[in-house]
Amino acid sequence: MSSQVKFTDFKSDKQPTWCPGCGDFGTMNGMMKALAETGNDPDNTFVVAGIGCSGKIGTYMHSYAIHGVHGRALPVGAGVKMANPDLEVMVAGGDGDGYSIGAGHFVHAVRRNVDMSYVVMDNRIYGLTKGQASPTSREDFETATTPDGPQQPPVNPLALALASGATFIAQSFSSDALRHQEIVRKAIEHDGFGFVNVFSPCVTFNDVDTYDYFRDSLVDLQETDYDPHDREAAKEKVLDADKEYMGVLYQDEESVPYEETHGLDSSMADIDDSGAPEGAMDLVREFY
Amino acid sequence: MPADFNWAIGGEAGDGIDSTGKIFAQALSRAGRHVFTSKDFASRIRGGYTAYKVRTSTEKVRSVVDRLDVLVALTPRTIEENLDELHEGSIIIYDGERTTMQDVEIPEGMIGLDVPLKSLAEDAGGAIMANVVALGAACEAADFDIEHLDSSLKKRFSDKGTALVENNKQAARLGQEHVQEHYADADLDYDLDTTDNDYVLLNGDEAIGMGAIAAGCKYYAGYPITPATDVMTYLKGRIENFGGHVVQAEDELAAINLALGAARAGARSMTATSGPGIDLMTETFGLVATSETPLVICDVMRSGPSTGMPTKQEQGDLNMMLYGGHGEIPRFVLAPTSVEECFWKTVEAFNLAEKYQTPVYLASDLAMAVTEQTFEPDAFDMDAVEIDRGKVVDEETIGEHQTESGGFKPHEITDDGISPRAFPGTEGGAHMSTGLEHDEQGRRTEDTEMRIEQVDKRNRKVETAREREDFSPREFGDADADNLIVTWGSNEGTLVEALEFLEEDGVDVRILSVPYLFPRPDLTEEFEAAEEVVVVECNATGQFADVLEHDTLQRVKRVNKYNGVQFKADELANEITEALAAGEGQEVQA
Repeated sequence: MSSQVKFTDFKSDKQPTWCPGCGDFGTMNGMMKALAETGNDPDNTFVVAGIGCSGKIGTYMHSYAIHGVHGRALPVGAGVKMANPDLEVMVAGGDGDGYSIGAGHFVHAVRRNVDMSYVVMDNRIYGLTKGQASPTSREDFETATTPDGPQQPPVNPLALALASGATFIAQSFSSDALRHQEIVRKAIEHDGFGFVNVFSPCVTFNDVDTYDYFRDSLVDLQETDYDPHDREAAKEKVLDADKEYMGVLYQDEESVPYEETHGLDSSMADIDDSGAPEGAMDLVREFY
Repeated sequence: MPADFNWAIGGEAGDGIDSTGKIFAQALSRAGRHVFTSKDFASRIRGGYTAYKVRTSTEKVRSVVDRLDVLVALTPRTIEENLDELHEGSIIIYDGERTTMQDVEIPEGMIGLDVPLKSLAEDAGGAIMANVVALGAACEAADFDIEHLDSSLKKRFSDKGTALVENNKQAARLGQEHVQEHYADADLDYDLDTTDNDYVLLNGDEAIGMGAIAAGCKYYAGYPITPATDVMTYLKGRIENFGGHVVQAEDELAAINLALGAARAGARSMTATSGPGIDLMTETFGLVATSETPLVICDVMRSGPSTGMPTKQEQGDLNMMLYGGHGEIPRFVLAPTSVEECFWKTVEAFNLAEKYQTPVYLASDLAMAVTEQTFEPDAFDMDAVEIDRGKVVDEETIGEHQTESGGFKPHEITDDGISPRAFPGTEGGAHMSTGLEHDEQGRRTEDTEMRIEQVDKRNRKVETAREREDFSPREFGDADADNLIVTWGSNEGTLVEALEFLEEDGVDVRILSVPYLFPRPDLTEEFEAAEEVVVVECNATGQFADVLEHDTLQRVKRVNKYNGVQFKADELANEITEALAAGEGQEVQA
């Protein structure tokens, strides 16, 4: 089936209710195209979505999917992949979902290194609750709940990932369609946890981190001689306070995914339904 | 009462109390004696009083009693803590050379056996074997064939080399000989018969883990918490041999979400925790139920609220399991009533979860989790395990559950409330699940009619279960008695033993032990037939008594215990007698 899969096969018949011009349209298109390009089809793909505008993605895509509770999408995705390593698992969420309520899970998902991809639609604001500061909002970003700005530094997701032992760290921009698709594809193809922070502008509530801002300021690493396999270089880039980068910031080509380390190679959905598994009586004998 | 024998070893945490106790319990079990063990322990790694108690008989034993025949006391506090249970003629084994035990006084009427545990252990090859010297002395005191101890020592130490096994055997012999030489005249009139029976000895957490593997569970995610951790410890290293996997998650929130993910992928999946962990999991519990995901969640209860008393017994989470979570959510709540039932109810929990596509709470408790009990091996007859995966569709049958445009309907409105289930990878089955209210295809909706249809559909599963499943209580005692005693969970064994005390006092009772807490059996007829109804449970407010009053529209009497210690048979018999004699509305608290 995969040879005939078009990216539109990943589209559901629900029309997105995102605001016109929302960055999430481009983010989602790139995800669907990358999934099709890597030979996946909706029946072997599992998408886990978080809560918020970004979390609606599971409804607008067509695949096996679950829309989880706030901040907990990553452990759900890991559970799916461990139980059936044949599935292509993609987790999607926003900056609030991933770096605020889900920050603890993020750190542990990174170090667990399950072979799945994690796409965070980072618009640096809470959109669905109508414009409050998010963990990636700038220190002076004024909102109704932070009239003087959050007055605390934003979370640096790339640095957090690197410090937690990430094997793949990338950043993309939803409006740069070709480059975004390419970066998501690389995250899917990576053997391990493929993390992509996507600048996905909120046109309704964020008038600072706009399309124009990212278009003018992002440095495309692919147009430089940057080597994404150099962890020291990655350290410098993710901690650079003056510039923001697009592209793969770090990839460990030696990465061995969790499933391989733990010998998970077949679907746990298949169980012998005729009774207890063969050899189960040995479990009783152990207690003599 | 069967002529039973009660033994304990007590000291400070870190003294090897647990492993020594277990070696003795296994020796008794291997000698064909029934064993029931219990533990007193505090929530600390080293120091503090801790004890391992063994009750043994040639007949089945189901509870602890207030009696100690032989006590190995490693600290003076061990004697103080057990003074109420020691009696005239009780034997206390202690090491008078130990600094803290030099001035110890053996209570009047009791027999002190001063055995230089440490120095005899050194003679046998190492001070670390002091407790084994005490076991040898205990064998002599109880006239128990020391060769059974050898077999237990071999099981415990054989993977560390034959030399160590031999040294331990020697240490036990030195303890035995010391008692023979120095206390030849003492009145040690215990006599532990052996039988040819083969028993297995295990605790509730182990039985739950074994039940999970037997039921085809392949995925377990958990976070360490007393007293549920042993479920994870049991599964780790065993479930892998059956194609399964254990994950120690970063927290309980992750644990239940990992388990949910695995269940969505089609695995039989489970998590276990204790009260504080259930609090954290409740958020995702609602999603599990609304997305109609089969999942087994085991709550090994301990004293609450908040962090409460982590190493003490309570059955305080019933309301949490029955009602926890916002909104209205169908679920099953099963309560095993013994270590053996921990196994069978776990198997059943997986079947119910998949047949009805709901979360299932397995309500165990500390008393069962840490209690080791002997059973005939065929109590865990693997050939009797049945597996029912419910309405799973495949590529051939999926067409019957699709919309005209080919969309799969994981929440199809059906007469029995149960919808088809397609595992990921099934062609044509791709679908969305969500905690948002959804239509038949799982897509978000706020349509008022669909909302009602989906709520009714989910609730209809409970009615279907009532029609298809047998939720009968377990019955003991005199079926025609006017006094009806009702209980749930781990109290069953104690209550059955209390029967003998009640009979001695001429009090006839009928006992119903209820393993299905939701949906639960309708006990209206039984209540109406009884003159007095007493509900026994280990909590302060009588949570189960409340729901039974609600169900039957009849007031009940209550016996509650919430000091952190499980009921004892003789004590419970007294409480019941008192409750039966008390006037309407009076409560009895143990």
